[in-house]
Amino acid sequence: MGIEFNKETYRGDYTFTNSPTAIKRFPFPFDKDSYMYAVNMEPHTPVREGSVYYNSFDVDEHYVSEMADRAMVLDEDPLRCQSLPHMELAGWDLLELIMAAKAKDYPDLFKLTCDGDKWHWVNKPLGIDETFTFMDASTLPYGPMEYITRQTQGDFCLLDQREENLWMDAGMITTQADWSLDFDIGMNFFEWHAPVPLAHEKGIFIRALKFLLNIQQGAPARRLNWTMTVNPLLDTSPENYHKWGIQKTTLTPENVGSKQYLRVELQSFFRLPRSNGMVFPIRCYLIKLEDLVTYPKWARRFHRVIRDLPVELATYKGFIDNRPMILDYLAQFDDGAETSPGVWPED
Amino acid sequence: MAGAAKISVKVIDVVEVNELVKRFKFERTDGGLMPTFSGGAHTVVEMNDQGTRRLNPYSLMSSPTDRSAYTISVRRDDEGRGGSLYLHNHVKPGMEMTISNPVNLFSLDLRARKHIFFAGGIGITPFLSQIKQLSAANNGHFELHYAVRTASLGSYADELLEHFPNNVDVYHDDKDQQIPLDKLLEGQPLGTHIYVCGPKGMINWILSGARKAGWPEQALHYEEFLAPEPGKAFDVELAVTGKTIHVKEQQSLLEAIEAAGVDAPYLCRGGACGMCETQVIRSEGDFIHNDHWLTDEEHASGEKIMPCVSRFDGKSLVLDR
Ligand code: HEM
Ligand code: FES
Repeated sequence: MGIEFNKETYRGDYTFTNSPTAIKRFPFPFDKDSYMYAVNMEPHTPVREGSVYYNSFDVDEHYVSEMADRAMVLDEDPLRCQSLPHMELAGWDLLELIMAAKAKDYPDLFKLTCDGDKWHWVNKPLGIDETFTFMDASTLPYGPMEYITRQTQGDFCLLDQREENLWMDAGMITTQADWSLDFDIGMNFFEWHAPVPLAHEKGIFIRALKFLLNIQQGAPARRLNWTMTVNPLLDTSPENYHKWGIQKTTLTPENVGSKQYLRVELQSFFRLPRSNGMVFPIRCYLIKLEDLVTYPKWARRFHRVIRDLPVELATYKGFIDNRPMILDYLAQFDDGAETSPGVWPED
Repeated sequence: MAGAAKISVKVIDVVEVNELVKRFKFERTDGGLMPTFSGGAHTVVEMNDQGTRRLNPYSLMSSPTDRSAYTISVRRDDEGRGGSLYLHNHVKPGMEMTISNPVNLFSLDLRARKHIFFAGGIGITPFLSQIKQLSAANNGHFELHYAVRTASLGSYADELLEHFPNNVDVYHDDKDQQIPLDKLLEGQPLGTHIYVCGPKGMINWILSGARKAGWPEQALHYEEFLAPEPGKAFDVELAVTGKTIHVKEQQSLLEAIEAAGVDAPYLCRGGACGMCETQVIRSEGDFIHNDHWLTDEEHASGEKIMPCVSRFDGKSLVLDR
């Protein structure tokens, strides 16, 4: 496999870049020329080798730098990682799930050896070699959820399931699209989704919750969500809005192609075996418009989606003010030709 | 694919627990490990009973952390549809079968300070794995109150009493012993949760007693596997696939839909999970709703049916499948 890890930043000088391979495998979220909220969930089963949908937990060229950025966020604000006391068991479930999956999918990068409850974990890219006792938190430098999510790309919500609902009772949230774990902790599915426009009226959340409550061990599901971010920022949290919100005003017709990013979240859902809880990984992929438009199909389609997106959604996603400028840029790549169905760039 | 992921297993042991109950032990045919599960989970056992496909849920009773094998206990139901009869009469060590990945619709509330379990008869099985889970994690503050018909029919009562003499009480119907419900509901510490598994009458008695005593709804948990009611045969039109199917007396509507080659969603097959919810397009006749999922209003509306447990009696029924 041999992934070469980028040395790059998600803040300050923003040296984040996507290689041609990363561009090609970007999870473009639009399978047709328009977008509306839907109960867009499908089984999380491998699709197309090399794609981001191939492994349970995708590891890519940004891994090492993304983990460094997470460590910085946590240093400044430890409340980005919280776990209510009854969630420790779910934390062990998650640790086991991720370690087993990564060791199986990336044997050249990760290794897990279990001798009863004596576990040995090797994470080569991050230079970690740890021996610990499974289910004994005192043998790890952090609690089990924090330990493993400091080594795994994407945010993680750990949900307790009770009273026919899901409760956000733990999480590691440092790469979020403008929502706060510290605010949402302890809330249920309907409470934390309250700010989302239109979807409640369409009955999307009721049906989505029924589906989620039924997700079974060994049968994970996934969906995509997306938004827009100026500069390759992972941490667009409400806590730091004062730092990144103003960057939206720095967009000009000259720099929109290089500063405006499409931000796609690959969200997945796994039932956790011991706790009967659920984990909701939210993996963030960023691509600047300049790179996105290198595939003509994506360029044409993205222009149409942004152009026709309901005002409520463009407002909620935070780019209503910049929409005209983004559209001016994208329009030059849309000759009106038909686009083929599906998300793949070259199909 | 509808339903939980499947596991190919071999029956490695069949033990007669008493005159009504047999215990079955399964290992994976590929020699691998079983998935870990949480206390209270069940597996759906697939059976080919002389050409009729049966899928019955049974609680896993082994330790959730023992990944070498799964065990279930099955009570023979001479009146029911025959899944338990098939297991009792035809399933022998060495046979290969298919079971589902574990599914839990009756899990412990991990915030609870204390758990009170009420079991009636074969309703003991989910508690066996829950007790193992609690005692392994050693946050095992629990009480078990177990009602059995007679001492000889009290599956696993002796083992439980021996291992947990301070936590377990067994009550014998034939000696007129009754669970002292009112007394037990009093003076429990804040954060105590109640779990009931047993016959319908027992579940209702305990839940209504607890509600009357002011217990909050979120502290009450119960599991009742409805054995799908056998009933009269009926015909159904499936509008989407354009098929007309005949639901036999000893078959559930869901099983008949599947037998017609239509892949319909399901999970629990016991009227609890909501997965098989199906839209009714037209109907002339009476619904026999046996599920726990739809609300009373939805039952009355005639617009929805849960085909895993519910039936129909009348002239015509057209479903959105
Ligand atoms: C249990 C798993 C889930 C968690 C933890 C979760 C969490 C969240 C959070 C925290 C937000 C931000 C809300 C805000 O503005 O404060 C959000 C937005 C949203 N969620 Fe979920 N969600 C979950 C599952 C789902 C599912 C299954 C759907 C399916 C349709 C869904 C649909 C949405 C939509 C449409 C938005 C608005 C996103 C946007 O337009 O950018 N969520 N979710
Ligand atoms: S399959 Fe669960 S309610 Fe029918």
